[in-house]
Amino acid sequence: MKAAVITFPGSNCDRDLAVAFAAAGARVARVWHKDAALPPGTDVVGIPGGFSFGDYLRCGAIAARSPIARAVIDHARRGGYVLGVCNGFQVLTETGLLPGVLMRNAGLRFVCRMLDLRVETTDSAFTGGYAPGQVVTIPVAHHDGNYTADADTLARLRDQDRIAFRYVQNPNGAMDDIAGILSENRRVLGMMPHPERVIDPAQGGTDGSVLFRHLLGQLATA
Amino acid sequence: MLKARVHVMLKDGVLDPQGEAVRHALGTLGFAGVEAVRQGKVIELDLAQTDREAALAEVRAMCDRLLANTVIEKYTVEIA
Repeated sequence: MKAAVITFPGSNCDRDLAVAFAAAGARVARVWHKDAALPPGTDVVGIPGGFSFGDYLRCGAIAARSPIARAVIDHARRGGYVLGVCNGFQVLTETGLLPGVLMRNAGLRFVCRMLDLRVETTDSAFTGGYAPGQVVTIPVAHHDGNYTADADTLARLRDQDRIAFRYVQNPNGAMDDIAGILSENRRVLGMMPHPERVIDPAQGGTDGSVLFRHLLGQLATA
Repeated sequence: MLKARVHVMLKDGVLDPQGEAVRHALGTLGFAGVEAVRQGKVIELDLAQTDREAALAEVRAMCDRLLANTVIEKYTVEIA
């Protein structure tokens, strides 16, 4: 199972994401934003948190037009798996691989704390290791996590069971308490909370490791 | 050479928490009667293009592909 973790200028969770994939048993390649191709045989791409290109213009906007983004879009269109965390989620909405947009937090404050999330669907390789409705504790750290989409998009996400996680207590004004969503083929997950920050008891929790281990297990048997 | 000026604003109906914070701060400073504030961006471009129509089409394409996120933002282009 091969994972590729992208680094943009300003990414700061890339190493953590690589460690989380490796701890779950993946071989991990680190990929630079100027690379025009993913390593051959890449099964899953990780787009990390951080402040790619300084959040200039809009969060994730410049990264979404970088050379590697083209390759990630092609990978996703071929049915490849992509996990975007925090700034990675913002990048995924900017590429159009996921609908909607992450706006400035409604309270205007940077929110950095452990939060409870409800697992809203277990019908994906990312969330299949959790129990339906399970409440997991995963930290957030963002200024722009206020998920916003038009009414049709929200209805579609609900009807197609594509809301992966909801906040138990909404920290940022996100519509419908959305913390993470899936693509239509359920192989692209974007989420504001950081599962890679809770994979080892030394980090204060292990609720994130379920996501990585289940994903790797699914890919290994595929 | 032509200059282009792009105004990017949130679409009507999209909540603007930053504009709301600015409105609140103006009230704190004693400016009464500010009923709404919307915050946007102005982007100025110097273009090698000399044909106005071509420049307009080009800048609109730039807006659609990068300068604005048309999910939540609208834009206007002036060529000077």
